[in-house]
Amino acid sequence: MSKIGVFICHCGENISATVDCQRVAEELSKVDGVAYSIDYKYMCSDPGQTLIKQAIKEHNLTGVVIGSCSPRMHELTFRKTCAEAGLNPYMCEIANLREHCSWVHEKGEATTEKAISLVKMLVEKVKKDHPLTSIQVPITKKALVIGGGIAGIQASLDIANCGHQVILIEKDPSIGGHMSQLSETFPTLDCSQCILTPRMVEVAQHPNITLYTYAELDSVDGSIGNFHVTIRLKAKSVDPKKCTGCGTCSSKCPQKKIPSEFNAGLGTRTAIYVPFPQAVPNKPVIDKEHCNYYQKGKCQLCKKVCPTDAIEFDKPDELLKEDVGAIVVTTGFNVLKTDFFPEYGYGKYKDVITGLQFERLASASGPTLGEIRRPSDGQIPKKIVFVACAGSRDPAKGIPYCSKICCMYTAKHAMLYQHKVHDGESYVFYMDVRAGGKNYEEFVRRAIEEDGVKYVRGRVARVYEKDGKLIVKGADTLLGGAPVEIEADMVVLATAGVSNNGAEQLAQKMHISYDSYKFFAEAHPKLRPVETNTAGIFLAGACQAPKDIPDTVSGASGAAVKVAGLFSQSMLVREPLIAVVNRCAPPLFSTCVGCFMCETACPYHAIEHEEIKNRNGDVIKTVAKVNPGLCQGCGTCVAFCRSKSIDIQGYTNEEMYAEVVSLLNN
Amino acid sequence: MDNNESEFEPKIVAFVCNWCTYAGADLTGTSRIKYATNVKIVRFPCTGRIDFMLLLKAFANGADGIIVSGCHPNDCHYTSGNFHARRRWIAFRHLLEIIGVDVRRIRFSWVSAAEGAKWGDLVNETVANIRELGPYTEYTKVAQYVEKEDNNE
Repeated sequence: MSKIGVFICHCGENISATVDCQRVAEELSKVDGVAYSIDYKYMCSDPGQTLIKQAIKEHNLTGVVIGSCSPRMHELTFRKTCAEAGLNPYMCEIANLREHCSWVHEKGEATTEKAISLVKMLVEKVKKDHPLTSIQVPITKKALVIGGGIAGIQASLDIANCGHQVILIEKDPSIGGHMSQLSETFPTLDCSQCILTPRMVEVAQHPNITLYTYAELDSVDGSIGNFHVTIRLKAKSVDPKKCTGCGTCSSKCPQKKIPSEFNAGLGTRTAIYVPFPQAVPNKPVIDKEHCNYYQKGKCQLCKKVCPTDAIEFDKPDELLKEDVGAIVVTTGFNVLKTDFFPEYGYGKYKDVITGLQFERLASASGPTLGEIRRPSDGQIPKKIVFVACAGSRDPAKGIPYCSKICCMYTAKHAMLYQHKVHDGESYVFYMDVRAGGKNYEEFVRRAIEEDGVKYVRGRVARVYEKDGKLIVKGADTLLGGAPVEIEADMVVLATAGVSNNGAEQLAQKMHISYDSYKFFAEAHPKLRPVETNTAGIFLAGACQAPKDIPDTVSGASGAAVKVAGLFSQSMLVREPLIAVVNRCAPPLFSTCVGCFMCETACPYHAIEHEEIKNRNGDVIKTVAKVNPGLCQGCGTCVAFCRSKSIDIQGYTNEEMYAEVVSLLNN
Repeated sequence: MDNNESEFEPKIVAFVCNWCTYAGADLTGTSRIKYATNVKIVRFPCTGRIDFMLLLKAFANGADGIIVSGCHPNDCHYTSGNFHARRRWIAFRHLLEIIGVDVRRIRFSWVSAAEGAKWGDLVNETVANIRELGPYTEYTKVAQYVEKEDNNE
């Protein structure tokens, strides 16, 4: 006979404001098999948990149902509470009275009735529950970090410094990411390269880090503690072991007019190239799409001039298989393509540029060596207009969110411009200035007050060329929408930060969630900001949403701690919510008939064949068996099984039927 | 949604996956989006786990409508469970039509963890549709008859 305890949480007033918790507890006490039923203000608090523990001991409870917030929030908490009181943790179920009831319905009879039936449903389930023991799996103490920007660099260094092996892969020929492209960084104006490049070198030299550049994730299998990853090492056409990085090949390459990605299209590069002088590794790769040999079949000039014979044409991509225990995704972001701003004239007028291009112009390593010069004629612009929120906070352009970094970098750009062009005039068109952050507001004030940047509150309607000037037409909403017209020499658009190319495909490879903007979703926006819903895969940096450098670095260190925490355990304890094939007494041994439909359904190859033998060693029957290390507990096999021989622990057919029957018969 | 007393209040069971729709419904709550109380959620690990016999069981026990919802195609936490569910639904729907079950009673949908508002809309739409269709008793009668016959044997 079941002795079930029911505990209804008020969640302060979150539940009790619309659900009559006391009545729910009273009604439940009348249910068959319920031995104890009570409501309490905060069930998850220390006194609340003590209440549960005492009740379990006093009433010898065989199962517990807690009516509280979503099980995604506190299932673990309450299971632990039960375990501490000596009850099997899998005999504890959560009825979601907050997210699925009190928060979505108005106060009233129907809401309380719904709460009662939700709790009753789980009481019926607990009656059918079986005690389960968790599964122990060994952990591969090696991490994979995807993306070599500042987030990936920081995460790799932190994990490696904890004494664990790290594989860092980067799709480009060099690590460094967007941060390596920046000139100075807000709010301190220290040079981006000066603080970044030492860390890049540290990554390359760290004994615990294996760095693969020009490499991408091909596929992922397995699960937390034991992922099997395949990494595609794209053919570099240059043997890094032989190459000394002398640069003769690049200087002789006849393809000289390829727009440089590093300089955001403002400079050029060759087909065999090192993206920038401080690149790590500082060895070139051949860009097949622009190489004369790969495109037209002849040239090979680089091969002829290479003093160490390092050029190797026609070498295919390599696939590298690795086992890792955890994955950190730090694939960063991109800046919005400006195609949908025909009104701003990007692409039509050479002197309308993006914020990232301005970074390159202002950078000492950029195409103008740090002088602010117009892309069209190389003249120093005397009047410059910065347009904030070019795309961001504009639902009409599909980007309702704030890109977060633009207010600060626009202030920085205007400031850098004023520092470099003393007689110049700069205007910033803004919607609001969002300068939340340590020393951020002070920084913006400095731009306005000390450097004389003119801030105009309002949006720019149109940019067009007239007599060699860019006419910027907008409105000043602080002057009642008075029209403003500025004859500028250059216009800089603070284009929105968007998810990186291929983010969706990458997320699908790893089975992690992403939002409608293709940014990766964290397990909880506040309390689990560096974890994904897939155990063992962590996030950091701007692949989650546009982020500035301090947030990115702290997120990366956070993800690294999660990985180090995982690796500090000797064995990984996994939930036993996996499939099992029934076994019974001879002569049947199992109701499984060996059709192996389950095998075709299983996405994890977790179904094995087990031969049942008689005393003479003859095979009587071959039945299915689930490998508990591989099974993830999706239960697709259960729905496939024709003889109902396979079931999933924690979601058995019996339990689910009990839930459905209970729901409809109350 | 106001629950007018004179109005028919349908009983609707939602079979949802843990990773997308359950989390999406959590988001509806966190966003304080209001919807009708008629729908009650049963949580599964994956839509691939949902044995469609459960749907018949629900009808046999007096459900007026059913929602099945999981991750969008390609977003399944377990790679392919939702594809199996989709394929099963297509086959199952034809079988239901053959035996005379009204397939309008079942709503198959995808709701991701980020689509809290969509879940609210889905519930309200389904409740309105089922309310229009009225109570569903045909299958319950069949089930009761079969049960009685079974007991007589």
